[in-house]
Amino acid sequence: MMTEFFLRLRKAGVPVTLTEFLTLLEALSQRVTAHSIEEFYYLARATLVKDERHYDRFDQVFGSHFKGLETLFDEMIGAKVPLEWLHKLAELTLSEEDKQLIEALGGWEKLMETFAQRMAEQEGRHQGGSKWIGTAGTSPFGAYGYNPEGIRIGQDVSRHRRAVKVWDRREFRNFDDTVELGTRNIKIALRRLRRFAREGAAQELDLDDTIQSTARNAGYLELKMVPERHNAVKVLLFLDVGGSMDDHVQECEELFSAARSEFKHLEYFYFHNMVYEGVWKDNRRRFNEKTDTMTVLNTFGQDYKLILVGDATMSPYEITYPGGSVEHFNAEAGHIWLSRLLRAYPNAIWLNPVWPNRWSYIPSVQIVRDMMGERMYPLTLEGLEQGIRALQRAR
Amino acid sequence: MSPTRFSGTDRYVATDDLMMAVNAAVTLGRPLLVKGEPGTGKTQLAEEVALALNRPFLQWHIKSTTKAQQGLYEYDAVSRLRDSQLGDERVHDIANYIVKGKLWEAFTTDVQPVLLIDEIDKADIEFPNDLLHELDRMEFFVYETRQVVKARHRPIIIITSNNEKELPDAFLRRCFFHYIRFPDRETMERIVNVHYPNLKKRLLSEALEAFFEIRDVPGLKKRPSTSELLDWIKLLVAEDIPPEALRGDQHKLIPPLYGALLKNEQDVHLFEKLLFMSKRKKD
Repeated sequence: MMTEFFLRLRKAGVPVTLTEFLTLLEALSQRVTAHSIEEFYYLARATLVKDERHYDRFDQVFGSHFKGLETLFDEMIGAKVPLEWLHKLAELTLSEEDKQLIEALGGWEKLMETFAQRMAEQEGRHQGGSKWIGTAGTSPFGAYGYNPEGIRIGQDVSRHRRAVKVWDRREFRNFDDTVELGTRNIKIALRRLRRFAREGAAQELDLDDTIQSTARNAGYLELKMVPERHNAVKVLLFLDVGGSMDDHVQECEELFSAARSEFKHLEYFYFHNMVYEGVWKDNRRRFNEKTDTMTVLNTFGQDYKLILVGDATMSPYEITYPGGSVEHFNAEAGHIWLSRLLRAYPNAIWLNPVWPNRWSYIPSVQIVRDMMGERMYPLTLEGLEQGIRALQRAR
Repeated sequence: MSPTRFSGTDRYVATDDLMMAVNAAVTLGRPLLVKGEPGTGKTQLAEEVALALNRPFLQWHIKSTTKAQQGLYEYDAVSRLRDSQLGDERVHDIANYIVKGKLWEAFTTDVQPVLLIDEIDKADIEFPNDLLHELDRMEFFVYETRQVVKARHRPIIIITSNNEKELPDAFLRRCFFHYIRFPDRETMERIVNVHYPNLKKRLLSEALEAFFEIRDVPGLKKRPSTSELLDWIKLLVAEDIPPEALRGDQHKLIPPLYGALLKNEQDVHLFEKLLFMSKRKKD
């Protein structure tokens, strides 16, 4: 059951590893959880999922995998439940009237007797995998099934029922929308862009200089410090969103998530099809929170490297004519803005998720490619490496 | 014997999933990584765990310049060089110049301590990788003195992150993970009750209403968090503001003492504008 769960998680794209799985088993054998599926859910989540973006996927797999198997939990636990325990549970969950009702029905002992009997009878039905009966299994009232009122109470307060809700609610859905992880390859490709330079406060002992200065100082120690080396590369990332880019969302997400962790100075902006006078940082509020492209140009210095990501697939008018944009009236044509960007950041590449063999059939790709001075690369690992190499060559 | 299970304290409300994560980490002696919005009590968690389990509490704040080695030990070569020039006797024993770090301290306490590694994402990308072995085996080697420092008790390590950088997979594999969600209304009421037990019920519900409304305003640069709500309520109580004043009546546009909630003048402007517009719509 557990191995299957593990494999299904991996299949669903939750990056679980064997180490984590073994940790979970270890935790189970050390009895970190008591006997509730809800606690088991929390434990499994804390052990196996290391990023809130994966919570939603985990919830889905957990929900579907342990649906029906809940009954198994009931069986394992329910069969060994001591009578007092049920007493306590019932006392916690039942109201005064319910208790009186039980008394009226022959008291606790009789109830429990019937309950045990039902438990035995239910073995067969469990295998049918019906969650409903299963849920009723541990709940004294549900199992007993004396009157409709009773059944409902039992199921409503049952911890199993409640537990299901936790993952069925899928509260973490919106963490999943931004990034797809597992992008180690892209990270390594981007890592080539690293260029270390000495920047910041002087903190490291410069041994050579110290020896020299000390010698000059007639043997009295004179310490010399230098700043530490840091990754000094600054990157400005422009991403095309919407429209024809929808097919390539995943690649872009991967690139973005890899880039974000790799560079200390990374600024990103979104645009649609072509860069015009405004870009934005948050897609949901793209219409009221635009940043002037001019502001961007004036804010970030020439030492930034520019990476544009987009399929460059559009009507040529969107590049060449004022007012050609599909979304708004642009006073100046797209190519003017693009050449402004390229002037401001001579170190620039365009990454295109469309396969290179199709480029020559799309006029707008040709135009953009010409403007970029052939520095357009496919958004594949290989293309990325070529692009990074082009960025490293100072122009 | 101090307790071994954590179930919140009288001033810290822990949800079920958080308790489970902490208890799993305590039982298996592995680090617990806590993420979440700022102001949801990540840092406080470690303190409260130490308090609840009655353990000593150690804190290691990470800055962008912090190196992993500083948590283990540092060799103060410069003082040794100075001492040698001054002819100090101490210079012959290198151990005199080894300065213990927080992790070393945590490894050598008499009882199992709680160690907080705060804001690990502030450090360099390589920082978590440099601590892999130490967190895994709970031991490290001091080159200068050729000694192995081994943990007497595996410390309870709680690591917080604000998600400014992604952490390496190898590091994540070794931790338990918990994401503190922004509390819902019910939990929030419990939290406020824990901090201000005698708060008037009506004031509390009005305050929460106003608070969640402000949080829902789109486009705020910094949304108010739990800790800011607590500050605000403290002010409301101190000023003895009646509950009615919070309902955004016709004369006053912005809830009183908003300075505790909105920390950015653009946000205040935006909020004023939105209120003005919604008021006009009503009229």
